[in-house]
Amino acid sequence: MADLSIDFCGIKSPNPFWLASAPPTNSGPQIMRAFDAGWGGAVWKTLGDPITNVSSRFWSHDYGNTRMMGLNNIELISDRPLEVNLKEMAEVKRRYPKHVVIASLMVETKENWKEIITRAEDTGCDGLELNFGCPHGMCERGMGSAVGQEPKVLEEITRWAMEYAKTPVIIKLTPNTGDINEPGEAAARGGAPALSLINTVKSLLGVDLDRFVPNPRVGTQSTNGGYCGPAVKPIALFMMSQLAKNPLTKHMAISGIGGISNWRDAAEFISLGATSVQVCTAVMHYGYRIVEDMIEGLSDYLDSKGMKSVNELRGKAIGAYAEWGDLDLNYNLKARINPETCIGCNLCHTACMDGAHQCILIPGRTHEEHAKAGHTHIPENIPAVPVKAAGAIGRHLPVIDDVECVGCNLCHLVCPVPGTISMVEVPGAIGKKETWNDRVAQGRDLNPGSMESTLKRRGKTT
Amino acid sequence: MPSLPVLPSGRLEQRFADKKPRYSKPEAVTEANRCIYCVDAPCIKACPTGIDIPTFIHKLSTENVTGAARTILAENILGASCARVCPVEELCAGACVYNAWGREPIAIGRLQRFATEATLEKTPLTALVPAKKPSTGKKVALVGSGPASIAAAGLLALEGHKAVIFEKKKLAGGLNTLGIAPYKQSGQAAIDEINQVLALGDIELKLGVEVVAGTAGAGQVSAADLLKDYDGVFLGLGLGPDSKLNVPGESGPGVFGAVDLIERIKAEPNLKLEGTRAFVIGGGNTALDIAHELKLLGFEDVALVYRRTEKDMSGYAHELAAAREDGARLMEKRVVSEVLRDAKGALTGVKLAHAKDGKAVAGTEETHAVDLIALAIGQSVATDIARAFPGVQTDKQGRVVVDAKTHRTGNPKVWSGGDCVNGGKEVVNGVQEAKLAVRDMLRALGGK
Repeated sequence: MADLSIDFCGIKSPNPFWLASAPPTNSGPQIMRAFDAGWGGAVWKTLGDPITNVSSRFWSHDYGNTRMMGLNNIELISDRPLEVNLKEMAEVKRRYPKHVVIASLMVETKENWKEIITRAEDTGCDGLELNFGCPHGMCERGMGSAVGQEPKVLEEITRWAMEYAKTPVIIKLTPNTGDINEPGEAAARGGAPALSLINTVKSLLGVDLDRFVPNPRVGTQSTNGGYCGPAVKPIALFMMSQLAKNPLTKHMAISGIGGISNWRDAAEFISLGATSVQVCTAVMHYGYRIVEDMIEGLSDYLDSKGMKSVNELRGKAIGAYAEWGDLDLNYNLKARINPETCIGCNLCHTACMDGAHQCILIPGRTHEEHAKAGHTHIPENIPAVPVKAAGAIGRHLPVIDDVECVGCNLCHLVCPVPGTISMVEVPGAIGKKETWNDRVAQGRDLNPGSMESTLKRRGKTT
Repeated sequence: MPSLPVLPSGRLEQRFADKKPRYSKPEAVTEANRCIYCVDAPCIKACPTGIDIPTFIHKLSTENVTGAARTILAENILGASCARVCPVEELCAGACVYNAWGREPIAIGRLQRFATEATLEKTPLTALVPAKKPSTGKKVALVGSGPASIAAAGLLALEGHKAVIFEKKKLAGGLNTLGIAPYKQSGQAAIDEINQVLALGDIELKLGVEVVAGTAGAGQVSAADLLKDYDGVFLGLGLGPDSKLNVPGESGPGVFGAVDLIERIKAEPNLKLEGTRAFVIGGGNTALDIAHELKLLGFEDVALVYRRTEKDMSGYAHELAAAREDGARLMEKRVVSEVLRDAKGALTGVKLAHAKDGKAVAGTEETHAVDLIALAIGQSVATDIARAFPGVQTDKQGRVVVDAKTHRTGNPKVWSGGDCVNGGKEVVNGVQEAKLAVRDMLRALGGK
């Protein structure tokens, strides 16, 4: 069984699974239940000057029958008295000395930072997370993402924290910025050893079309909130991996956050550079119990890959995350449909017709009907192969026209029966690996969308 | 056109609960979201009227309920009835790709029911179908008021033609009002739907008027007059009375024709059915329906007596399974040889013989005590009147002969559809045949 324990810039954790600073870490009793369930660590709901929250705080973005594909909240930092939180934090640490407790902090002035860091560390917590990410309610008061969006301010507060803190300082970043490298580099300049990202994405979740008030509705109004959950995972992966690759920040430990719901998501974040991962929405949806599968799934996965420790997985996919200009233009895929499992729904056909390259034909149509449907290249032979699934009477396998198929993957993605449409590699038209950057370097092509960079590259090579 | 009178209360059918109640809106949206929205979908091909099912279900998934109803009604003006009475297991849902995937097919009937009922209770049918065209001055007579005639009348009215329906019974709607199992659709629901069609305007429904071959008496109109006075005639005659066994003791109290008994359960106030043991003779869907209904009405023992084996039954397997679930039982390979009565003529029992290949084997009779017998061994045809229209022919089974694409008979002014043509199918088949007939009538009448 693989070793899941980690060392996060000096913080030892039994596994990489931490709860993010959010409602699941609102109180000591909650966190102790989470630790009993198997969570390795918890970042306490942000401490600061206690606020008053509104009623009606969350709203969900559903897709079809999938509930909470994305979650939006307008809740602020902890509304519990600071003394209560600190007392409970000390109690949790006393009872769970091997689990990680991180204090998330958000205050305003240098004096405030000094005081809250000292008081938090007095509880015996393992580290501090500076909340420079919250995009609603607090940023209007000059805190949260207001700091994360101003690299100079971020750097300065980071320096204060580094001056006062005895435990590791993690800077939590907001994704609500043009280039995540700027706040990341500012945190590095401020001396912080670690980053966590992403915080929530600034969002307006939807509109109640009967009342003409956005959701979540607070009386006759609403406000923008922070968006999280499975829907933001791709954004989080991108931003985190930017900093994992960045020469100025790649030495920092990273706690990956954003839509992580299971061990697979966690493994993806770790493979792109995370040391620990933080979870919120999935726990708000299904409870602390999901961690059992996360631990077991990650451990078995590591075993299946012959990795003895989760540390071997860290960063494994970073090297393959290239620039577009370095991708192989000779790489060539074609779609293949499995007649044994195809149910004959023709969703691939319509997706290809209207969303891709008109290369999936429905057998049994005349040449004219194919032309009318929108095919511009119509093969001579369009075989009518019956769909073999039981009960699929009279249906035929859609036919891929390799001449037109560009291997875009869309049919593979829309097919409702997993494993039915596969993308197979075939020899490329160029015959050897060639990238756009090769062509640009040789002066044979322009960089798409950027005349300036093209000229610069040409200037370099000539 | 004033609304048809409401059915009297105290009908036995009012005791039945809905087997598939209307979905709530959240239930409908959730089920609609299961649909994968196929292209060239097999469910459309399996629907006799060709409703664009994936499109209406997609609209339900976005809560565009009115749009969903429009999509349904565009192909099937009686889409509300069909939602309740169609054997979807054999049609659209039976063709759903989920079956091929080993998953529960989409509940298309229930979704269609939600879309049509929820919409029609707020929005009149007139607002959901294309605007009525200006009057053409042409008029069509429709004989019988079953679903084929009602659908044809509605479609003709939308095209600006006047439709006059002649129904010999006092109640409108034919088998859709009087023959549907009450746990699927009440007679009142069928009549409410007819009222929606009548509200399109230019449709006259003459109840209690019989079309006859010879000279018309009181409450009658002659075939010759219809041909003379109307620009076209549509024959929606349905089927005739229940067939008989022709065995000793058959005539008398306690022995019912199944179709007749179902009609009485649905329409007759204060009907009392005495006893605890019922035998239903037959293996078709009518037999399954009445057996199921008698069981639900409280008969302790309801046996379906069929001369062959289960696999030979013409009734749908899903209907047999449902009847069994409610406690009806099947007796295979039995035929009735005699109905037994006491000195006063009251039903006491029945003699059943074992059957081989559907035929009684001599000397194998056994006697069963029974309180009620329902005969569901088929219906006679009611097409004698059809031959009163010159040129209209019937086949060996007595069905009206039509051209399959146009539903025109041998008389260029006479069209026909529904059970009198197909020998007894579903409401949805009647609607489709009416569509085909109307399409050809429009050509003949100088419509589009």
